[in-house]
Amino acid sequence: MARELWKGNEAIAEAAIRAGLQAYFGYPITPQTEVLEWMARRMPELGRVFVQAESEVAAINMVYGAACTGARVMTTSSSPGISLMMEGLSYIAGTEVPVVLVNVMRGGPGLGNIAPSQGDYQQAVRGGGHGDYPRIVLAPSSIQEAIDLVTLSFDLAEKYRTIVMIIADGSIGQMMEPAEMPPMQPLYHRQWDWAVTGKMGRERRVLSSIYLDPYQEEQTNLRLFRRWQEIQANEVRYRAYHLEDAEFVVIGFGTAGRVALSAVRAARQEGLKVGLLRPISLSPFPHQVVAELAQRVSGFLVVEMNTGQMLEDVELANAGRVPLRFYGRPGGVVPFPDEILHEIHALVEAPPAPGEDARLAWLERMTRLTGGDGWQR
Amino acid sequence: MATLTAPANIVFTRPEGLTEFPTHYCPGCTHGIAHRLIAEVLEEMNVLDRAIGVAPVGCAVFAYNYFDCDFVEAAHGRAPAMATGIKRVLPDRVVFTYQGDGDLASIGMAEIVHAAARGENITVIFINNANYGMTGGQMAPTTLPGMKTTSSPSGRDVETQGYPIRMAEMLATLEGAGYVVRRSLHDPKNIRLARKAIRLAFETQVRGLGFSMVELLSTCPTNWGLSPVEALRFVEERMVPYFPLGDYRVSPAVAQIRV
Repeated sequence: MARELWKGNEAIAEAAIRAGLQAYFGYPITPQTEVLEWMARRMPELGRVFVQAESEVAAINMVYGAACTGARVMTTSSSPGISLMMEGLSYIAGTEVPVVLVNVMRGGPGLGNIAPSQGDYQQAVRGGGHGDYPRIVLAPSSIQEAIDLVTLSFDLAEKYRTIVMIIADGSIGQMMEPAEMPPMQPLYHRQWDWAVTGKMGRERRVLSSIYLDPYQEEQTNLRLFRRWQEIQANEVRYRAYHLEDAEFVVIGFGTAGRVALSAVRAARQEGLKVGLLRPISLSPFPHQVVAELAQRVSGFLVVEMNTGQMLEDVELANAGRVPLRFYGRPGGVVPFPDEILHEIHALVEAPPAPGEDARLAWLERMTRLTGGDGWQR
Repeated sequence: MATLTAPANIVFTRPEGLTEFPTHYCPGCTHGIAHRLIAEVLEEMNVLDRAIGVAPVGCAVFAYNYFDCDFVEAAHGRAPAMATGIKRVLPDRVVFTYQGDGDLASIGMAEIVHAAARGENITVIFINNANYGMTGGQMAPTTLPGMKTTSSPSGRDVETQGYPIRMAEMLATLEGAGYVVRRSLHDPKNIRLARKAIRLAFETQVRGLGFSMVELLSTCPTNWGLSPVEALRFVEERMVPYFPLGDYRVSPAVAQIRV
C-alpha cells in the first residue's frame, strides 16, 4: 500500500480496524476524540460494533464483556479517562482476557490540560488498578510506529491473554505525517477454549476475577507472573540509534525520544559520539540493554515529558555504574531539540558525580531556570 | 433396609437450568426463588445453550455457580455495561444480568440507566431487598424511610439520607425500554406473576424489542432481623406500599406477546 498522510488518532483507529477489530467502545476526551469519531463512522459501515459509552467506566466494562467472548476489542482514551478505566483493567487482568487499550496522554494531574505529556508512565507500567498484575505497555514515536504497534498489540494480547496498553501522547494523536497502512485482515470471531459464548452443546464456562480462596488467588498471581517471565524473555522492543561507537547515550521514549533523536543527530554533526536508545516496550522495559550499555558508555541522559518516571527504570538498570543526567518537561510541555542538545553538552562536558541524585539536580536547575514562575530560557 | 425405586410420577424436580451446587443464601431469603424462576424460564424457552449470565457484586456474586449456562462475573454495578459488550458482539445469545439494589441503584446507576436508554437487548433481573446484604445490611438506595440498617442505626432519616429510589418507575421513562415491571416474591400468587414477567422479559429480548427489567421485591431475613415468615410479611406490608407492583413500561410490541 502507498504512503498516505494520516492523522495519528485516525491512523490508530484505522490500524485497529484493519487488524480485525470487531468492537469498539469509547468516550470522547481530548486529545483522543478523533479515534472515537473515526470508529463512529467506520465501524458501522463495515457492519462492526461501535458504542459511545456513558463514561470510561462503562466503556472499559463493555470491552471486558466483549473480550470475555473472545472478540477482538479495544478502547481508547486520554489520561483522566484512563484513570477511570483502572477498575476495569484490574478485573480484565484478573480474568485473563485479551484487551487492547490506547492512552493518548495529556498534561496532569487532575484535569491538567490537553497538551502532550508522558505523565502516565508509572500508572501504565507499574500501577493503575489494584492487585498484582503485569501488563504490556508499548510507546510509539511516530504515526507509522503507532500503526504497527496497534497491529502487533492484538496478537500479543491474545497470545498471552493480557492487557496491551499503547501509550502515545497528544502530539502523536494530533499530528499528521506520511504512513503506510497495512491491508485489511479478514474479520472473524476467534474460537478460544476459554471464551464465554453460550454453551452451545459444550460444558458451561465461567469467566471471573474472583478467587475467594487465598491459595487459589495466590496460584492465579503466580500464573500471571510465570506468563510475565515469558513476556519479558520474548517481547522486549527498542530502537537503537548510533549506539555502536557511542560514548554517551540519550534514553527517551515516544515523542521525547523522537525529539531527542534530532538533538543526537545535531550532536553527531558536532563530532560528539552520542547515541539514542528509544525503548518501545516500556513494560517489559529493556533493562538488559541499559545494563549492557552501562558497562561501556561514559554517561546517560534520560529525557522525558514528565518528572522522571522512566528514569527510575534506567536507574535500576544502571545500578549507579555510569553518571546519569535527567531532563524532563512535565505538565504538557514538549522539549525542543536545542534544549536536549544543551543537556547533551552539559553531560559530555561535566558529567555528574557518580551517585548524584539526577532528579534532584534537574529540579534545582529547573527551579533556577524558570525562576519558579515561568520558563525563562 | 428400604429399597429406593424410581417414583412412578415425578411432579417436581430441579430445573435443568440450575446446577446441583448448593447455594450459600440464608434460610428464608428469596434469591433462591428468583434463581429458580429464571432457570425455569430459560429451560422452557429452550435457550439455556445460548444464555450468558452476568453476575453482580453482592449476595448473588456466586450466581455463576448456580445456573447451568455460561456466566461472567462483573465489577460492582457494571453488569449492564458488561452485558452490553457481550450482546453487541454476540447478538443471537440471550444475555441477562442479575443485580441487587446496591449494585444496580447505587454504584451502577449510570450503567443501568444508559443500558435502558440505548435499548440494549438484554434482560435485567433486579433484586430489591432494601439493603446491602452481602456486606452485612447497610442502607441501600431502596432502604425505606425510617428503616434501621447498620449504616442508618436510628432508621433512615430522609432529611440527611434522602429518599428511596423507585427504579422501575425511573427506567420506564426511557424510550429504549421495552418491558419494565415490578413484582414481588412474598407469596405463591406473586411468585407465579413474577415468573410470567421474567418470561415476558426474556421474550422481549429474543424478539429484539429492547431493554427489559423485572424488579423483584425480596426478603433479607438475616439483615432485617426477622424470621422468614415475618420477612415475607414485611415485604407485603411495608415494601409493596412504597414500591407498588405493576407494569411500568410495556411497549406496544411487547404487549402483543402471548406466552
